[in-house]
Parts: sequence; structure tokens; C-alpha cells
Amino acid sequence: MRLRMAFAAVSLAVLVTAASPSFAQKAGGTLRISHRENPPSASIHEEATISVVSTFMGVFNNLVVFDPKEKVNSADHIVPDLADSWAWDATKTKLTFKLHPGVKWHDGKPFTAKDVKCTFDAVDGADDKSELVRKSPRKIWYQNVKDIVVNGDLEVTFELKRPQGSLLSMLASGYSPIYACHANGREMRTKPIGTGPFKITEFKRNEVIKFVKNPDYFKKGKPYLDAIEWKIVPNRSTRMLGFQSGQFDMTFDSDVSFPMLKDVKAQKPDAVCEARPTAVSSNILINRDAAPFNNADVRRAMVDTIDVKAFSDILSQGHNLDGAAMLPPPYGKWGMPKEMLATLPGHAADVEKSRAEGRKIMEKLGYSADKPLKIKIATRNIAIYRDPAVILIDQLKKVYIEGDLEPIDSSVWYNKIAKKDYQLGMNLTGVAVDDPDVNFYENYYSTSERNYTGYNNPEVDKLIDAQSAESDVDKRKKLVWEIEKKLAEDVARPVIGYNVDNTCWDPKVKGLNLQVNSIYNGWRFEDVWLDK
Amino acid sequence: MGAYLIRRLLLMALTLFGMSVLIFVMLRLVPGDIADILTNASGISDPKEKAKIAHELGIDQPILLQYGKWIGGLARGDLGYAYVSEQPALDEILPRIPISGKLAGMALFFAVLFGVPLGVISAVRQNTRLDYALRVVSLSGLSLPSFWLGLLVLMASVQWFGMIPIYDADRHGFWANISMLGLPAMTVGFRSSALIMRLTRSSMLEVLRQDYIRTARSKGASILAVNFKHALRNALLPVVTVIGIEAAFLVGGLIVTETVFNIPGVARFLVEAILWRDYPIVQNLVMLIAVVVVSVNFLVDMAYMALDPRIKFAD
Repeated sequence: MRLRMAFAAVSLAVLVTAASPSFAQKAGGTLRISHRENPPSASIHEEATISVVSTFMGVFNNLVVFDPKEKVNSADHIVPDLADSWAWDATKTKLTFKLHPGVKWHDGKPFTAKDVKCTFDAVDGADDKSELVRKSPRKIWYQNVKDIVVNGDLEVTFELKRPQGSLLSMLASGYSPIYACHANGREMRTKPIGTGPFKITEFKRNEVIKFVKNPDYFKKGKPYLDAIEWKIVPNRSTRMLGFQSGQFDMTFDSDVSFPMLKDVKAQKPDAVCEARPTAVSSNILINRDAAPFNNADVRRAMVDTIDVKAFSDILSQGHNLDGAAMLPPPYGKWGMPKEMLATLPGHAADVEKSRAEGRKIMEKLGYSADKPLKIKIATRNIAIYRDPAVILIDQLKKVYIEGDLEPIDSSVWYNKIAKKDYQLGMNLTGVAVDDPDVNFYENYYSTSERNYTGYNNPEVDKLIDAQSAESDVDKRKKLVWEIEKKLAEDVARPVIGYNVDNTCWDPKVKGLNLQVNSIYNGWRFEDVWLDK
Repeated sequence: MGAYLIRRLLLMALTLFGMSVLIFVMLRLVPGDIADILTNASGISDPKEKAKIAHELGIDQPILLQYGKWIGGLARGDLGYAYVSEQPALDEILPRIPISGKLAGMALFFAVLFGVPLGVISAVRQNTRLDYALRVVSLSGLSLPSFWLGLLVLMASVQWFGMIPIYDADRHGFWANISMLGLPAMTVGFRSSALIMRLTRSSMLEVLRQDYIRTARSKGASILAVNFKHALRNALLPVVTVIGIEAAFLVGGLIVTETVFNIPGVARFLVEAILWRDYPIVQNLVMLIAVVVVSVNFLVDMAYMALDPRIKFAD
């Protein structure tokens, strides 16, 4: 308990203390980071993993970006990147960006407003741009964009179907880089060109990804580093030993679990380590279209047995966070307050009482300890998926549900889910931007490709659209909490916790500011420098 | 002899053809293909996007046509393009072969260097303390899993030397190779050396009880001459067979060692290619391994002749 309080205190202190560059930055040096795996490609728009966005964000620029000096991503902390300024029209349906003049791509060609249009047309799946982006997991972010109009080389306007303030936050995400219109998809996946502070020089699978400073970077004086080298080390123990022995300046993001943290600190006492939520939640996918979970009572009994604290204690020594659909405060900007959360199914403080209610429901349906409901729980055959699934199986027994673990090869996981070939599934969901639009449209909106369970509630869809169009933050928050409540009551996709893990670096690494409500932003490295 | 060689070469060709069919079919029997994996990696399962990728990579073509294209390409030296890296498969495979080759060669060298002499010593000093100690060492070599041993070696390396041997492609030369690959080679070779040690010991014990050894001793031949010239040469036949088999099995051992020591060799690359269903890489690499195994077997047969002049192959 004391450890957790200390952790919370340190985290809050970190939250309120923006990493101000109080030193004179030194130029030069190579930052060496261990990478956990081969990134599937270098094309950020095509992928949905931190392995890609953290590595390649430095190659690109966005129109706007979350302030790298702030710990919390929010609409109030968005700063210029390729766009010098931006403005909404009176109807709040047109967002015009004035672009920075004289910006060049890494191959020397000039960056213009056409590149902006080209990028988002490709993301939207426009046929004539399908070669640039062959798959697009975040297409739904831009479903409200009616058109992108180019006004000369240095001005571009996003025309929306209805007001949507969150568009700016989505454009500020690490997942929204601007691509070169003249590049092709293969190039962007293997040796991308961008306008960013670092140019890629080598992408050797299983070995290394190397970047060097872009001498023509349009932000004068940046970056400070000469180069960044990501060494691909798939074995976590080897990565940790490499960091402890000083062969890496930094661990991969959120790579250090709490049990590992003790070892790291013992071997390298001067390591700077920071714990923060990974913006990844463990959640349960429910096939509501087939027996037994097409029955609302069975769904309710299932969620009544969940003990989120037990999950957190076992998986993260109690550091994981309890939350509903949105990342909970103080890290999350939109999650509902703790006292409200405790009233939702699956988050009860008195788990035994809640389980007794679950048992009553199951008994009414004819189940008992001697005659349990037998189900299968599918999950990806990876430890971080399997571990919570095993705990869930144990907890389900308390309400007469006997689960069998069904480990699924990652290559066919989403196919299986899309075909509805499962009963319950243990899943992990990362949210790129701590904004309700990103989370709700991606995961709960009836027409979304990533709404894996096919949850379809017209009332919730309407509420999602309503909060999206709402410009008053307090009113929007209330709508968001209402949606969270409805999703929990509908047992749409019960959230069993938000993961918290550590990132460590050598004290000579300066200017690094980890953002606490999304691990997917803030990886430009243009403010990072080495004090040696 | 000539006819035997031709027969063996034809058999090798037939074996390799069978392997190619087997590899090709088995890969496609595994659930999921690269289009599934690429879309799954993005958290989506859009049939339209999947079909687009499948078409782009040619995996939507009839299976016979795909096989024909692969074999035709192989005959021309064109291994196709890797699906994931989108680079020519040859460019992806070639630079990795010397890395694993060096590692396997060093491991085998280590295995023979330690395995054979220690096996002889163990046999000559049968049932002494030294023999017991060497038997414990060989047993531990056989029972310690490579990944565990590898991690122990890495931890000891951090503790004592403050570093771990991380492979760096920019370092060249004999000593660079020794410093980067020496420890991994010893780790992977430990198991083989244990096996060789045990086999040499039992084979030597059998030979040492033969009449001609007694005769050599009674003629006044030195201990070294008896043990290493008369006994070892005759005890080596089964050992050579095992060394040949071990050379092929080393590929399996390399997968773990390359992962733990982070060596970007061909074995780790193969495992990853299988996970990604990167057919051009897997097919060509497995074929390469098949060629190596078949060739090593052939060479072992030839070595029999050199070691034992009594063995003759009928024409």
C-alpha cells in the first residue's frame, strides 16, 4: 500500500512538473536504444503499434503536435509543427492551416499543401492514392472530413461534415505524420522520407535501425543528437542486461515491468526510471450474437465476478489502474471520477457481494457449482494476453462459469474475432490519443472496423456523435461519462485495467519528456540531447 | 566408385525435390498468410485490404503456378522478394549466412576441440575422479537448456566484464569475431561437446579392450601412441557420424542462441520469417538447410572411406 502511495505521489509530482530544459543543451552524440522487435514496417499510417510510431516519428512532422514539453496530451497543449498557425471558421466546420515556408523533404524536394491532401486522401483509402498507404487502421478518425482543399502551396483547409473539435488532437498524434506525395508505398514502408529531424540510413531487420540528423531541418538548431540507433533485441532479458551494462542509453518504452525494475535499479542505481500508464487496457471481448452471451443475464453475471484489484495485484504488483472506457484520472483527461466508477458493473468495491448477485442470476438460469456453464476463452498466444485470461478463468468459476483457455496464433486472431468464432476473448487495446472521439469511434461505434465485438447501440452512437460535436469541455465530459456508464451497463467490452509500466534511461540522456496519457505521442527526439 | 557417386548425387537431387514440395505445401497448410498477418498487425481484418495485399504479393494465384514460379526462379538464381522487408530475398538471406556459418563453425570447432580429447581422457581414466568429474560436465551439457545457459553466461558477463557481447556488423576481423561470437559459440557448442565427449568415451572404452590394443601395448608402444594413434582412429567412426548429425542439428540450437545473444543470423531470421509467413524467405532458407544437411551426410559417407580403408563402395 505504501509502495503504491509512493508511486502515486511520484507520478503526480511528475505530472505537475513539466520537463523544463534547465540546462544548456549540448549537440552531438548517438542515442542508443534497445528495440523489442522488428517493426512490421516504417509506415506509421499503416501500423498500429508503438514499435513503429516511437521509432519512426522522428523521420516525420505533423501539421500540429502535442507540446513535447507537456506531460499531458490535451487540446490546450497543441503547438505548431509543419503548420505555423491554424484557425476554425465561424461554423466550426472548416479548419485552415498556414504552412511553414521553405520546408524540404529529405530528398530535397519542397513540401507543399498538396502533400497534406495527398496523405489524408491515402489514409482515407482514395483509389488513386492506394499505392501510398495500402492499409489504414485509423481511417475512421477522418470519417467526418468531407474534403481537403489546397489553397496554394502554403495553405490547406480541412472541410468537415459537422463540427468536430477533436480533429486537431487527432492531427497532433504521433500517428498523423505528413507523407511525401511523390514517394511510393514500398519506400514509405522500408526507407521512408519525411521532413523530420532525423533521416533513416539503415533498416536492417533483426539487427538495427539507424537515423542521422537532418542538417536541413526547418526548426533551426534542432535536433541536438547526431544520430539515433535502435538495436533490435527481441529477448527482454538481453535488452535489460544491455541497458544495465551501459550498451544502451535507454530501454524500449514501457519495457521494464515492476518486478524487473528492482533488478535494473540494483544493477544500475543511477538509471532514471519513470512509471506511466501505457494507454493500453486489458478488456474482454464478448460475442453477443451467439449463445451463451447473447443472453444479457449471462453477460451481467460474467461481469459481476470481475475483481479488477486482483488482476492488478497479480499482473503489476498493484500498479495497474482501474478505469472504464476512458483512461482514468489523474493521468486521463476524460475518464470518470473514482466514486462514479465504483457504481459501474465490474468495478464494485465489494466484489463478494457482486459475485453473490452473479451467482443468483446463474442459478436462475439453471447453473450451479455441479452444473457449470462451460465456455471457451480465446486469446492471442502471447504472455501479456494469456496471463489476464488465466486470471479471468479463475474468477469466472465463482459464478459457475467454467472457462477453457483457447490460445490463438496472432496471425489469425482478428480473423477469428471478425468471424465471431469465439465466445469470450481477452484483448488488449491501445488508444493513440486520450480523446473520446479516438477511443469511442474506433472501438464502440457501430460502423467501426475495430469495434471487434460488433457492439451496436444506436443510442450510444448518437451520444458519441453528440459528445464529438460538443465544444464545451465540461458538457462534453458529462456526455463522455454517460457513454462510459452505458457501455459498462451494456457489458460492451468490460475493461479490467490500464497497464502501467516503466521506461528507464541513463542520466546523461536529457530533454526526454514522456507523456503520461498516451505512449504513442512525443517520440520526435528533436529536444533530446546527451550530457557527456 | 564413379557409379556410386552418380547414384548418390541423383538421390540427393530427388531428396531435394521432395523437400521442395514438402516445404511448399506445409507452409501453405499453416493457418494464416502474410496478408492476414499484415492486417492483423494493424489490428484490422478488412477483406478488401487483405485481398489487395494478397494480389500485390501474388499469393492469390493458383498454388501450382506459385510453385512453378518459385522453382523457376531458383533455377535462375532469383529467390523473389521478401514479403515483409520488401527487399530481394537473396539480399536478405546472403548477409546472414556468414554470421550463422561462423557461429556454427566456431561452435563445432569448440565441440570437437573439447569433446574428443576429454572423451579420450575420460575413457583412459575410467572410474577415476577425473572421469566422474568429466561425466558430470558432459551430463550437464546435455541437460542444460541453451537459453538458460545463454542467460547465465550473459549475466556473468555483465557482472564480471560490465558488458555483454552484442553483435555489431561494423566490426570485422578475427579478434572482433572472437569477442562477439566466442561466448555464444561456446554456449551452443557445449551441448554438442558433451555429446561428442560421451560418445568418444564409450567408443574408446570398447576399442581399448580389443586385442590389437593389448598387442600394441605389449610391443612397447607409448601411451599416447596407443590411445591416440591406434585406439582413437578406430573409435572415431561413430563420433564422425555424430559430428555430421550435430552439424545439422546446430541450426536448431542456433535459433535459441542467436535470440539470447542477439546475433542477426540466419536461424533467428528463419523463425521470424515463419511467424510472418514470409514464404520466399522460409522456402529458400529451408531449401538451403536441406542442401547443407544432404551435403554433410554425403561428406560424412566420404569421410568413412578416408578413416577406414576397409570400407569400399561398390560400383
